[in-house]
Amino acid sequence: MKAFTQLKGLVAPMDRANVDTDLIIPKQFLKSIKRSGFGPNLFDELRYLDEGQPGEDCSKRPLNPDFPLNFDRYQGASVLLARENFGCGSSREHAPWALEDYGFRCIIAPSYADIFFNNCFKNGVLPVVLDAQVVDELFTDMYAQEGYSLEINLQAQTITTPTGKVIGFEVDAFRKNCLLNGLDDIGITLQSADSIRSYQQKLRESSPWLFDVVQ
Amino acid sequence: MAGKTLYDKLWDNHLVEQRDDGTAIIYIDRHLIHEVTSPQAFEGLRLAGRQPWRLDANLAVPDHNVPTESEERKGGVAGIVDPISRLQVQTLDDNCDAFNIVEIPINDIRQGIVHVVGPEQGATLPGMTVVCGDSHTSTHGALGALAHGIGTSEVEHVLATQCLIQKKMKNLLIRIDGTLQDGVSAKDVALAVIGTIGTAGGTGYAIEFGGDVIRAMSMEGRMTMCNMSIEAGARMGMVAVDDTTLEYVKGRPYAPTAQQWEQAVATWRELHTDDDAEFDRVVTLRAEDIKPQVTWGTSPEMVLPVDGVIPDPEKIEDAGRAQATRRALEYMGLKPGMAITDIRPDRVFIGSCTNSRIEDLREAAAQIRGRKVAQGIKQVLVVPGSGQVKAQAEAEGLDRVFIEAGMEWREPGCSMCLAMNADKLGPGEHCASTSNRNFEGRQGFGGRTHLVSPAMAAAAAIAGHFTDIRQCAEGQS
Ligand code: SF4
Repeated sequence: MKAFTQLKGLVAPMDRANVDTDLIIPKQFLKSIKRSGFGPNLFDELRYLDEGQPGEDCSKRPLNPDFPLNFDRYQGASVLLARENFGCGSSREHAPWALEDYGFRCIIAPSYADIFFNNCFKNGVLPVVLDAQVVDELFTDMYAQEGYSLEINLQAQTITTPTGKVIGFEVDAFRKNCLLNGLDDIGITLQSADSIRSYQQKLRESSPWLFDVVQ
Repeated sequence: MAGKTLYDKLWDNHLVEQRDDGTAIIYIDRHLIHEVTSPQAFEGLRLAGRQPWRLDANLAVPDHNVPTESEERKGGVAGIVDPISRLQVQTLDDNCDAFNIVEIPINDIRQGIVHVVGPEQGATLPGMTVVCGDSHTSTHGALGALAHGIGTSEVEHVLATQCLIQKKMKNLLIRIDGTLQDGVSAKDVALAVIGTIGTAGGTGYAIEFGGDVIRAMSMEGRMTMCNMSIEAGARMGMVAVDDTTLEYVKGRPYAPTAQQWEQAVATWRELHTDDDAEFDRVVTLRAEDIKPQVTWGTSPEMVLPVDGVIPDPEKIEDAGRAQATRRALEYMGLKPGMAITDIRPDRVFIGSCTNSRIEDLREAAAQIRGRKVAQGIKQVLVVPGSGQVKAQAEAEGLDRVFIEAGMEWREPGCSMCLAMNADKLGPGEHCASTSNRNFEGRQGFGGRTHLVSPAMAAAAAIAGHFTDIRQCAEGQS
């Protein structure tokens, strides 16, 4: 998993409540054998005017000119500003996979669906919870200023606006540590790499027939 | 201190680190890989820039998607007609190439269902921890191994760390004493066990199978038993090592030889439950009570002896069970009071990781020799579990027995067990199947599966309906 420490990024809006995972990545794309490559199909039904099929070249599809992510001013955004209950619906991990693949590393919203929230941390995406009031103000400021970006500092748990205003946020200590160090389950197990290695060395001595046979 | 169970020993032998929260890091000796549950795991490694921890612990083989018709098989991966299946098998090839993992490819004679191939090649050995992204990995416990299925993120975890984070299970002993009647096989014992303890009976437990019947059973039979552990709710089932185990393992391609063999045998001899060990739970069955079994419903616990009649939901007191029975009968198109022997299969499937080994095919062939498939049966598929099984069966002339009876002799793979390739049931069709799951739609949309032993499936193909093979055996002699 990619570590998340600090990010200065362009902000894009997803200005509606209850955005579900079907909306984030529609079901036909779950047939994929990959965990990457979902970015072109992020918000597929909103982003394109036609119905997307897995494996299709999205660059030839008609874009929805009214969808903000298609606006020039939001190209290259890495922070998604969203509303209540973001990521509700199914447990598909394809949702954070798609957001991350598109380029979003941080989401800011007043609340999230539980499973989606957890899945984000497993995939190097930081979901920040802020007061609905504060989120509202961010929306207003973002709309008012082209190129609006935010600076997110996970260590300090702060968001700094272009005017220098600092907003604090809460994050679970264990998750913070995992994200700061880029640790997933695998990363955590690998902290015991020395124990694994020494176990393996003893095993090689006691049971040599388990080694170097299948190769 | 009380002695240890087989499971305790296998667990302790693989404990890398015990943590305060009750979880432990467990070392994995063998990781088997197939095409369906591995692509995202490899992709995960790639994205994180990780390499497999230990290449020689892995072995891959495509099985779920491979076509079983010889014409389609001839073209190898490129010849697979369904593009999604083709891509999945191709992806396994590509990932194994990219990560230097040993793969037995589609038309290699050793290819087959991963749970048949592992023991057959000696890739799974007594005393090992064995995992695979497939729930029927429990099969390998028959060798005295700790073997269970894992999910895709765990596949990635094992590839990257050679370990899993685990919590220890409780110990359940299932003991079958006495002598089985003629015509009753391991599959019937497994189904009788599930009928007794239910599909959740083993939840939270590691099962050890023991008693006279298991000791007398061949390795093929023990694999059938352990394979079905998962249908009893247990992630793993296992059998103590004895002479039968050692004879089976000796001379397998990946098994130790010469001095290492002697050394290994000395270690493996310890792989049994100590006399003074205590189980959390013990279930005993009498072998003499077990008759040939047939499932009538949509869960493996909905099973009856072949001389039984379909249950009447109105006579079941428990409301939940009555409702489940009603729903199952409706899906299966069966009426209360109907004799099991009056059920007429439309198709018969002999195969799957439960029953596609050489012994299974011999038992099936014994029912068929010199006879013809009954009118009204649309298709009988005989799908060997591996290329080796196929070659052995052909050397014994079993293929001729099947073909002359009017059955189809296919190439190895999972086939109609889960209908991911072209082999499937039509809506409403009944199937006598030697596989392990009779869930709704498992063998094809609307398909109706009856789980049976290979001999029972073969006998149904000949008779046109389920039949008590104990009577056939008498009639023949
Ligand atoms: S034969 Fe059936 S149960 Fe066994 S691995 Fe294949 S699909 Fe799974």
